Amino acid sequence: MREFLLGRLNAHALPHEWFTIGGTIGFILLPLLALAVLVRIKGWKWLWGEWLTSVDPKRIGIMYFIVAGFMLIRGGMDAIMIWLQQALTAGNAHGYLGATHGYLSADHFQQIFTAHGNIMVFFVAMGFIFGLINFIVPLQIGARDLASPFLNTLGFWLYVGGVVMVNMFFGIGGEYAATGWLAVAPLSETQFSPGVGVDYWIWSLQISGIGTTIGGINFIMTILKMRAPGMSLWKMPMFTWGSLCSMLMVVTVFPLLTATLFLIFFDRYLGMHFFTTNLGGNAMMYTNLIWMWGHPEVYILILPAFGVFSEVVATFSRKSIASYTSQVLGMIGVTVFALSVWLHHFFTMGAGADVNAFFGVMTMVIAIPTSVLVFGWIATMYKGRIRYTVPMLWFLGFIGIFTIGGMSGVLLAVPPADFQLHNSLFLVAHFHSTVIGGVLFGVFAGLNYWFPKFAGFRLNERIGRSAFWCWIVGFCLSFIPMYILGIMGATRRLDHYDASTGWQPFYILMLIGGLVIATGVALQVIQIIASVIQRRQLADFTGDPWDGRTLEWATISPPPSYNFAVIPNVTTRDAFQEFKERGGLPQAKYKDIRVPYNTASGIYIAAFAFAASFAFVWHIIWLAVAGILGVIICVIVRTFNDNIEYTLTAAEIENAERSRKKHILPKKTEEGEDMSLWEFIKIAVTWGLGFVGLKRRVHGS
Amino acid sequence: MSKNRKRRSPSSIVGRILAALSALALVVTLLLQGNNIALFNSKGMIAHEQRNLMILTVGILLAIAIPTLTLFFFTAWRYRESNSNASRASSNHHSRLLVPVIWFTPCVVAVALAMIMWPAAHRLDPKKSISADGKSLTIQVVSMRWKWLFIYPEQHIATVNFAQIPIHTPIHFELTADEAPMSSFWIPNLGGQLYSMTGHMNQLNLMGDMPGDYTGSSAEINGAGFSGMKFTTRVSSKDAFDAWVRGVSLSGNALDTAGYDRLLKPTQNNSHTFYWLSESDLYDKVLMKYMGHNDDMHMMNMGMH
Repeated sequence: MREFLLGRLNAHALPHEWFTIGGTIGFILLPLLALAVLVRIKGWKWLWGEWLTSVDPKRIGIMYFIVAGFMLIRGGMDAIMIWLQQALTAGNAHGYLGATHGYLSADHFQQIFTAHGNIMVFFVAMGFIFGLINFIVPLQIGARDLASPFLNTLGFWLYVGGVVMVNMFFGIGGEYAATGWLAVAPLSETQFSPGVGVDYWIWSLQISGIGTTIGGINFIMTILKMRAPGMSLWKMPMFTWGSLCSMLMVVTVFPLLTATLFLIFFDRYLGMHFFTTNLGGNAMMYTNLIWMWGHPEVYILILPAFGVFSEVVATFSRKSIASYTSQVLGMIGVTVFALSVWLHHFFTMGAGADVNAFFGVMTMVIAIPTSVLVFGWIATMYKGRIRYTVPMLWFLGFIGIFTIGGMSGVLLAVPPADFQLHNSLFLVAHFHSTVIGGVLFGVFAGLNYWFPKFAGFRLNERIGRSAFWCWIVGFCLSFIPMYILGIMGATRRLDHYDASTGWQPFYILMLIGGLVIATGVALQVIQIIASVIQRRQLADFTGDPWDGRTLEWATISPPPSYNFAVIPNVTTRDAFQEFKERGGLPQAKYKDIRVPYNTASGIYIAAFAFAASFAFVWHIIWLAVAGILGVIICVIVRTFNDNIEYTLTAAEIENAERSRKKHILPKKTEEGEDMSLWEFIKIAVTWGLGFVGLKRRVHGS
Repeated sequence: MSKNRKRRSPSSIVGRILAALSALALVVTLLLQGNNIALFNSKGMIAHEQRNLMILTVGILLAIAIPTLTLFFFTAWRYRESNSNASRASSNHHSRLLVPVIWFTPCVVAVALAMIMWPAAHRLDPKKSISADGKSLTIQVVSMRWKWLFIYPEQHIATVNFAQIPIHTPIHFELTADEAPMSSFWIPNLGGQLYSMTGHMNQLNLMGDMPGDYTGSSAEINGAGFSGMKFTTRVSSKDAFDAWVRGVSLSGNALDTAGYDRLLKPTQNNSHTFYWLSESDLYDKVLMKYMGHNDDMHMMNMGMH
């Protein structure tokens, strides 16, 4: 009976080690507490009605950003823990907290870097990219909404389900996969990983991956079918192109991930033998399948980031993007070739020289369109008027670091060189250069660039610059030593090493660099808080603070739920720039708009999917069946609900627009400089003292 | 913006100082540790060729990257808004040559690299035996949890986590695994790595050109004992190698099936152990354990009845 009700769950699964207790408090209880505080202040109805059930892609985009930002801190803490262990454990170093070397056991250390990889790729990078696409793409193409607003909320909540799943092990089970972020077989088979860690890995990726596929379909439909009149494909802004290419890749390869995860699930649950060592299983097949998804995945992340940089360069150089056609063809080229390079992740598995050399050449080929993009950006800056705002700084940092990452990537694509560099820290440094320097810097550029559109006020420039410099310095301090360690022969994922290797000083430098990056992240949080404090001063009432060129700047900030009261007719590439040169947006009559109702269906479906996944992890059959039935029933109910839209009449829109104008226009930006870090500290300390003083007075009275 | 320029933001100055300091720290650390850079300190023919290939590739890459980066940052600096000397254009009236040039340049580099890489990938194919004078020595390697078993079939000896090889002699490693996840066999000083997998034999040809002890390890994660799964490769003179083989075969420690099964039990941080080989087809048995159809037939029969 107990086994029927609880499957393999027992009291031992509850947190009882220092890190599971800490993780439970930090990543399960604290967020719940924060949520409770938010509900206490603003009310559950506001949170549920306005945000959680929202189908507005702008709100969903912001929620993506909040969750991904939180996970960036979570994954960053993993990174610091990894580096701290490695800095401590040369030779016969003393062990702490019951560990032989350093303060982590080998198994625990391996769980941390696995979680770090999963969280950073699936829940930070993907979360940020989807957040940007959600917010910006509909605005850029002059659409009021997505092709399917409901699928968008479903995709988001499945992503949240994955986020919860990846942290769930803290509270229940106490064990995550210790296999590396791709859980290569046969290490991830029950023979070598009998615990629930790999099952948590499977299901957090499975539900968030399905959410990603759904999102991909939705954005392809939106971009292909819902562009403003006159915007042909060859007039689309670069970010929209990057997003379209990225989403096409999502739809191509994410089903492959889903299938692969199902196969390993069948192996683990049903005793099948797809990838086992015995009975005809072939682990090499897993390596192929996972990288056929895994390689395009990094291009899925980088293409929207390239798009962000194209927008940023054009706007801050006050020029349209140079060699637009080449840039677009470059992106399409990356999309196509990204599907034919996966084998370079395992030249060392023993394929023949012909196969290895072929995939090496394909990898050289994919560097061509990437170089074309860089040349295009140089040509865009040529004879421009470059304003060095924070987004532009991130762009410069990106070029520096991504070039190093790209070159090391080409070096790794030479099979004989790869035999020496593969699985070493050189490889790890390479992909961090591309993912941090490319994707994350792109996201930060995008965040600083589009924040006025999100919020109606821009971000603090001074603190933003400090954060940028912390990232750059911290990155160099961390990853240049990492490249050197790789050349010294250090393999990745070592929880201890001999003192005679001479590696320790570099590991210590990496830890210091990590702390500098952490300072950068803290400054970014402070940047946002300081900007909120100074929002009147930083306010932008025009909707176009940077003298932008594309349609998202044509509407006010933050945009109304319907984005544009009147959909503009597009005639050129830099549509909004054209309007400005011709003296403003053309006036047209307001028309009725069909607007979708908010819906909780996405939350319910994701909750049932989550329940089923959790049940699979712990072999609770009844819950798995109930969860799957719940998903099916919810989908059917939603499908038969015809009352999903309502009409916003022309009169209502006119009223809303008029009252907004009345509300906004008289206001003027307050004078003053952006707050410095020092001023922020003074304000924070004063506020803190006042808070404590207040408390004392209450006690005194 | 002009305001910002006058003020010369303190954070960027601090950033520059920090960057300079960190570069300095790096250089110092590098100088201190120069002898330990395994990939440049190659002690074998293959590692040496791989190193030269890497240097050549990086050279070609730098030949395009340095001018590109210089052009990039020069353009970025030259056309800053505050520069009153720069000429401006609000739209792109670029030369008709631009598009051909930006496509052609990377294509040339890619073709050059591909032309170097294709023959190199074949010349340095791990399967390819090293054509040098003298015969090659076969060493069969079994990766286990978490140790390396080296079987010398011709010498009738076996070792754990230690492999001695004669200098200037091509070595033919035959890699497989038993009851272990994938591992990757890597001796950075002697040459690149290759995976060892159950039921599969990978061939890796290396050669030592300088006497000494070189550390090898598993480069691929394979479980809890991963970091401790190291072995020593000793490159010695041929005479010393022969003497070592004699010494090991005379020692009383025999590796038979029972002893092998004991080795299969997962253990960590194993010390060097030496055996004489009492079963000459041990390695084939390990391979056949996963390739053999007996298990499959058995299962099928069970299914049918």
